[in-house]
Amino acid sequence: MLLTVKALTKSYSGAEGPVPVLRGIDLTVAAGDTLALTGESGSGKSTLLHLIAGLDAADGGSITLAGQDVTQLDDGGRAALRRESVGIIFQQFNLIPSLDIAANIAFQARLADSYSPTSARELADALGLGDHLQKYPDQLSGGQQQRVAIARALAARPKLILADEPTGNLDEETAGEVMTQMLALVAQTGAALVMVTHSPRLANQMSRQLHLRQGLLA
Amino acid sequence: MTAAGLSALWSHWRRNPLQLFTLIAGLALATALWSGVQAVNAEARASYDAAAATLGEGQYDQLLPETGNQIPQETFIALRRAGWLVSPVVEGKLVSVQLLGIDPLTAPNGLGPVGDGGGMSLPDFLENPAVFANEDTAAKLRGIIDAPLVIEPAIAPNTAITDIYQAQRLLNATGTLSRLIVARNQPVAQKPLGVVAPDLVRRAAQGGSDVARLTDSFHLNLTAFGLLSFAVGVFIVHGAIGLAFEQRRAMVRTLRALGMPLRRLVVLMAAELLLLALAGGGIGVCLGYIVAASLLPDVAATLKGLYGAQVSGTLQLRPSWWLSGLAISVLGTAIAATGALVSVARMPLLASAQPRAWANARGAMRRIQMLASLLLLVLAGVLALFGDGLIMGFGLLACLLIGAALALPLFLDAVLSVAQSWAKGVTAQWFWADTRQQLSGLSLALMALLLAMAANVGVSTMVSSFRLTFTGFLDQRLASELYIETDSPRQAAALERFVEPLTSEILPLLSIDTKLADMPAELYGARIGATYRDNWDLLAATPDVWDRIAAGEAVLANEQLARRADLWIGDTLQIAPDVALPIAGVFGDYGNPIGQAIVAEPLFTALHPQVRATRFGLRTDDPAALRTALMDDFGLSAQSITDQAQIKAFSLGVFERTFTVTAALNVLTLSVAGFAIFMSLLTLAGMRVPQLAPAWALGLTRRRLGQLELIRAVILAILTATLALPLGLALAWVLLAVVNVEAFGWRLPMYVFPRDYAVLGLFALVAAVLAAAWPARRLARVPPAELLKVFANER
Repeated sequence: MLLTVKALTKSYSGAEGPVPVLRGIDLTVAAGDTLALTGESGSGKSTLLHLIAGLDAADGGSITLAGQDVTQLDDGGRAALRRESVGIIFQQFNLIPSLDIAANIAFQARLADSYSPTSARELADALGLGDHLQKYPDQLSGGQQQRVAIARALAARPKLILADEPTGNLDEETAGEVMTQMLALVAQTGAALVMVTHSPRLANQMSRQLHLRQGLLA
Repeated sequence: MTAAGLSALWSHWRRNPLQLFTLIAGLALATALWSGVQAVNAEARASYDAAAATLGEGQYDQLLPETGNQIPQETFIALRRAGWLVSPVVEGKLVSVQLLGIDPLTAPNGLGPVGDGGGMSLPDFLENPAVFANEDTAAKLRGIIDAPLVIEPAIAPNTAITDIYQAQRLLNATGTLSRLIVARNQPVAQKPLGVVAPDLVRRAAQGGSDVARLTDSFHLNLTAFGLLSFAVGVFIVHGAIGLAFEQRRAMVRTLRALGMPLRRLVVLMAAELLLLALAGGGIGVCLGYIVAASLLPDVAATLKGLYGAQVSGTLQLRPSWWLSGLAISVLGTAIAATGALVSVARMPLLASAQPRAWANARGAMRRIQMLASLLLLVLAGVLALFGDGLIMGFGLLACLLIGAALALPLFLDAVLSVAQSWAKGVTAQWFWADTRQQLSGLSLALMALLLAMAANVGVSTMVSSFRLTFTGFLDQRLASELYIETDSPRQAAALERFVEPLTSEILPLLSIDTKLADMPAELYGARIGATYRDNWDLLAATPDVWDRIAAGEAVLANEQLARRADLWIGDTLQIAPDVALPIAGVFGDYGNPIGQAIVAEPLFTALHPQVRATRFGLRTDDPAALRTALMDDFGLSAQSITDQAQIKAFSLGVFERTFTVTAALNVLTLSVAGFAIFMSLLTLAGMRVPQLAPAWALGLTRRRLGQLELIRAVILAILTATLALPLGLALAWVLLAVVNVEAFGWRLPMYVFPRDYAVLGLFALVAAVLAAAWPARRLARVPPAELLKVFANER
């Protein structure tokens, strides 16, 4: 199993004491799986994604990703796991504004020492970015920027892609196009995809769906 | 991974060249001012050291004549026969050059141009009876002396060295010596000095040159100014780095999210800053060289005029100076960047998801700033009341300046808050609220402006007060219309007889170097008459001061002596082993680094009968006629007569030179502060679009927004100037009443110069308008599409 999450808990401190966000999550994801995480705002979807990516530390439980327990890794270990095994696609794109598109796409792959100019170029072409490689993020539309973020995540050839409402900032038509391209490319790489989304239409395009309600899987 | 991280970090500067320019320019300017001042100091000190090495001053014990300035050659021979390892020195003036004759066979190693410390071999020196001097000095001697001249760059300015017999010939001093240098290791069995040469006194080595110690205070002041300028520069760098880090927070988060380890990221950022610091520092050192080269001639003239210190007017590139310039640049960057780096290191990976936490952190920072400011200002008050010593004086300055700088944003926020509450129109309300919001981005630049203006007010008040006091002091002290120098006591006696019917008063200048209250000092004998009684304003005196002095019942002490020895009116001063007199008056003695006491001429002559006056001040209603009579009828040479006006002009000239140095530093510091505001506004202009877009969308034209930006800069400059004036006056008070007393031993009255402050305020306003003009113009011309992006959430 690529990803195994067991009894995962997480709380945030609030004015009146700790506020539980995740109350004991169990889930598994196999290589090639596509999983949609749905739920209301504040249900813990993004928190779960952040914990799996090692961006935040869990209070309890375990996350085993590619054979490593994420909760037992230090900051350096989690960073290494992220750059080598995980691709993250943020709702706000989070491109590096001072790097051009080609450098943005290549960035994580270069960090992980797995950069291949050919495959990066193929990804850019597949996502319709071939003519924009010398441009900077602020010269692209939102849809184009999200395609760059997808290309960046895939170029590093991760085992698991985590996408946090990747089309949340896009109009419906563009969102559909981006989603189709993303799923096709993920399928080609054989990576698993865990995506947080509010959209039932997008969730239906995934092989599995899990619904979170008040920190528990429904 | 490192390469990828570096390329991402560096790409920020590539895409924001203005910010990179601000950072490097800030560092370069800060380093330039600091290293420029340090270069001037280093050059002056190197000149003192060269002089000390050449003259043996301060390094070895010396034997000096108890009276007069000559030692018979026989005394030297007697000492050598008695086992004393001493080396003779002859010195005297040839034109304006100090000619020094040494005996290379007996001179301690390293002294003069021979041996370890010098550049020539002993046989060369002995075989070639030449006069050695650096190029400038040699040029002065060319044609004056008949001995061959050899250029030796290592020799101190205005000093020439030759073999002792050559020097005796050139100085017409055959058979006499000036002093004897005592070698460090002496034989155990030697006759006591009092037996062999009772007319000589031994002066102990002082571990450094007299001039170096005398001028320490002057250099300390210059260093303080350099440090202040550097602090202004560090504020700029702090602002630029803070802004760059703030803008890169998102990038840092992304880099970490994509797998860049935090430690590696921090190391890369530190390395990046080190590189920038070295680049900025390198440019700064080059600029500092230009600053130093342009200041050095004035500083050299000031030091010569004030202390008689010979300083080369030419700047040399010294490795230590380069290195210290680069080190200070790196240190400044480290100071400016530590907070930002710590903030990055501590920033949670998901920090931007917690904007409130960030806002809270800023609020906490504000409280810390307020507390630190309060603490420093209270500490300044405590130091002012109870502190002691020069270091305390500078500590007080530092507390005062940093405390006030930290208080500035709080002061501005309070004033703006009041303005906001009074505002009637909606635009005015928005304007004041928006100005308050901008304070955090501008506060560092405004602090730099505050410090620069306060330094200007403080230093110019000090120097102007000094000039005003000194001018009055010169009128008092240089009362005689003519000053005469005679060749010998016999000629002096003849002169007194000659001028008696031609003058209203003859004032002999009788003095001896001695120790008073265990400190090196001068004792003067004065002929008390109308000149003293009418012209001398004493700082403190008994009602019958002149009668008591004239009667030999009391003594006058200069302020330096009184303060250092903690003596005042009524206290007793020991002026000879068996003579102690009460102090009847204390006089101001500005510019004199050592203590001085004055007694009546008869008492002085009784105490030191061997000292005979050879210099005189002459009072007359017709100086021109007296001068003619002295030259034509008495046969005195023109060089022996000095006009009062000449001395005054020379003394004031020295101060004008001092002014040039401080004025140049003032202008430079203010320019740096103006640059800081310009850069802050320019950088902020790019970040202001999201704040301005709503105001634009609601009906304010871009032109109006630009105008408001300009008005804002002017208002903030006015408010800063309002705080800078009292701070500057406080700074002046500390310099005059604390630092000056500790450094020089005298306290100057403080005068205020409202017109100068008004001009400075005007300059600051012009600087603020100029600094704000371009950013305001850029804002006024922001394309609507750029403003619209704010609402499209695509920025």
